[in-house]
Amino acid sequence: MNALEMFLKYGGASLPRRQFVKGIAAGGALLGLGIAPDRLLASLTSSWQPVLRGTRFDLTLSSKRVNFTGQERLATTVNGLVPGPVLRWREGDRVILNVTNHLAEQSSIHWHGIILPMEMDGVPGISFKGIEPGETFRYTFDVHQSGTYWYHSHSGFQEQTGMYGAIIIDPRQPEPFGYDRDYVILLSDWSDEDPESIYAKLKKLSHYYNFAERTAGDLIREIKEKGVSQTWAERSMWNRMRMSDRDLSDVTGYTYTFLINGQPPASGWTGLFTKGERVRLRFINGSAMTFFDVRIPDLAMQVVAADGQNVAPVTVDEFRIGVAETYDVIVEPKDDRAYCVYAQALDRSGYARGVLTPDPSLTAEVPALDPYPILSHMDMGMAMGGMAADELEIEQLTMDDMAMTAPPASSAHAMHHSMPAGHSMGHTASGATVLKGNGAIGQGSGTKVIHGPAEFGLHVDGRAEDPQHRIDDPGVGLRNNGRRVLTYGDLRNLHPTPDTREPEREVQLHLTGNMGRYMWSINGIKYGDADPLNFKYGERLRITFVNDTMMNHPMHLHGMWSDLETGDGQHIPRKHTVIVQPGAKLSYLVSADARGDWAFHCHLLYHMLGMFRKVEVR
Amino acid sequence: MKHIMHLLFPLVIVAHSSMSLAGDMDDDPLLGKVMLDQLELRTGDSDATVNWSLDGWLGRDLDKLWLKTKGDYERGSIGEANLQALYSRAIAPFWDLQVGWRGDLRPEPVRNWLAVGVKGLAPYFFDLDAALFLGESGRSQARIQAEYELLLTQRLILVPELELTLSGKDDPETATGSGLSTVEAGLRIRYEIRREFAPYLGVSWTRLYGQTADYAVEEGDETDQFQIVVGIRCWL
Repeated sequence: MNALEMFLKYGGASLPRRQFVKGIAAGGALLGLGIAPDRLLASLTSSWQPVLRGTRFDLTLSSKRVNFTGQERLATTVNGLVPGPVLRWREGDRVILNVTNHLAEQSSIHWHGIILPMEMDGVPGISFKGIEPGETFRYTFDVHQSGTYWYHSHSGFQEQTGMYGAIIIDPRQPEPFGYDRDYVILLSDWSDEDPESIYAKLKKLSHYYNFAERTAGDLIREIKEKGVSQTWAERSMWNRMRMSDRDLSDVTGYTYTFLINGQPPASGWTGLFTKGERVRLRFINGSAMTFFDVRIPDLAMQVVAADGQNVAPVTVDEFRIGVAETYDVIVEPKDDRAYCVYAQALDRSGYARGVLTPDPSLTAEVPALDPYPILSHMDMGMAMGGMAADELEIEQLTMDDMAMTAPPASSAHAMHHSMPAGHSMGHTASGATVLKGNGAIGQGSGTKVIHGPAEFGLHVDGRAEDPQHRIDDPGVGLRNNGRRVLTYGDLRNLHPTPDTREPEREVQLHLTGNMGRYMWSINGIKYGDADPLNFKYGERLRITFVNDTMMNHPMHLHGMWSDLETGDGQHIPRKHTVIVQPGAKLSYLVSADARGDWAFHCHLLYHMLGMFRKVEVR
Repeated sequence: MKHIMHLLFPLVIVAHSSMSLAGDMDDDPLLGKVMLDQLELRTGDSDATVNWSLDGWLGRDLDKLWLKTKGDYERGSIGEANLQALYSRAIAPFWDLQVGWRGDLRPEPVRNWLAVGVKGLAPYFFDLDAALFLGESGRSQARIQAEYELLLTQRLILVPELELTLSGKDDPETATGSGLSTVEAGLRIRYEIRREFAPYLGVSWTRLYGQTADYAVEEGDETDQFQIVVGIRCWL
């Protein structure tokens, strides 16, 4: 029998010398506290993360009372914890995870981003039957990868109510970067409301949680600034399309409390460092619905891995992390002071907060929330040519109007042809290179965007007329904010592209929705009405997403890597979850090397019921 | 009773329409909403009235059973009251077709109508409900309601509203004349303490036209009423 250690450790960092063992026995596991006694109290309230190591793991799913807001609520937990324990595996090991369901309802655990046999993937109705109350399911598979991942329930809305945790897989080979400390930073969103009630409210009033809508005051201010006729011109398209440029997040800080490692902003998570150390932060977005914009004021972050896979290091001030994505960054605090780990929700309705500090008694100033982001015509999938994003919002009305009146089938290319030569080539709104889509791997798709007949049905309230590859666009709310913001264009695999075959075919998938009725779909067809997608075993194919909605969708393909085309065919980064920006298109390559049935969906919890496909690899 | 039976059929359709599962999840659960859009005290030159406008629906994304009732209560008795029971089917991304029965229960005699309407969100964010009503003895009516929500702040919302009623035929027993019979305009400002609960203040102006106005004059009623309203709006 393999030894199972359970460490109650100070953030999972390698153990400091002064070691204090409290010696709490829990389920035969040893609880060790790698911190000095005088820091015990502070750490117990804010900073410890239980870590399970080894190859055999016993996990129990149960209801537990929790209190994140001042109100007691029932959470669905793994081993009684929110988040669940950090699971620490080793590349090359065969792991066994016995998951026992003590909930009153069916449950499941999905190992997010882990390449494994279909039966072990943990999606009820696709990979297995689910775990009934009282039952134990034994997951067992070989670990072929390393890096930062996570796990979560794939049943009902249990993920919203606390069933998620981090996975760290230590590599066999030494890491290509050094570090002295290692912390998981698991971001999540907690609501005291039942998720069923949240979903019902969205169906009854889709803007229920949006308290940042456009008001009469905005209108008056714009008329003062721009005059009546220009304001009218700018507003009219949104008004005609019945779209709101303030429609960023369906569920907001109105009901959510944002957590770092289970700590609300009031208490905050704390991680220790000693001046001069290199600290590895493993960011995981385990939220149900929230994108975060993460930064540590006065501390540059070197991004070394995305979705668990090493990338060529890139230094940034800020990055956006979509639901289910992970980023590993290294920071080197040079001063004896506290730093604020600041993760504001994309819609600026709140933030999660932590502190990196040499001393728990120090605090760091919490930045103010950024201004509320406003969607541009570009986010609506309108033509952009070579203008800067903010110019576009104001000055491209004639272009937008042209795009509106152009026949849908020809609009994708008509714009470029009608532009002066200097504008037709090369650049997107953020100064990014337009991917030519010449078919070469890494370059994205040049295929014409075609809206299928089902996209003109009841499930779809709008279509992107001229979606662009916006691989270098940091996204709404992060453009030109004065900080160096990570974009997908910055992501290059540290290693050569694993599969250099050209794609044999391309599948264009349109992300569609009807916001008012709160219905989400792919190609205008919701999961319940859709046929499975067929991948041929062994083929290399290109998936191109066209986002016809006004929202960011984090698209997650189970079982196979998403080789994201960021412009460098030699170093294509591998991801498991990919943000498709509103009104944009984006491509990745897939090597269909995993037989069986796999889930493929938007990872926003209240979107995925409709915006979902089963993939059959035969 | 006959009308109740007619309602059961769409109800069955609504309750049993597609159960769709993503993994093990139902993307389109059976939901219901009850919306007391207006419950208000109206005061002006004539006697004060209590007016209500209450809607409810039960169903799924695309198919719903709708109930709508409107009326007023004056000096201990109901002045006007109507009830509609409609099967509602999405016909466009922003529009529902609503078909069913409308009963004008007060004033008596009771009038029954076949109702056919469209309800939805028009460009520029106007909420529209336009319906045609076909009654017994060749009677017909058309009613158009339009509403706009102007956000002064995130919770303080100004709502102008306009309702026009046209009749195809004189109906002396209910004091309704042919042609444009009634125009009702309102301006209400509500404060959403929660999304589901908002007190409001406002004004309401009702004017009767043509033969309808003549009938009102004969009965000694006002043809032009300006009233102050105070009420609550709530939903579940």
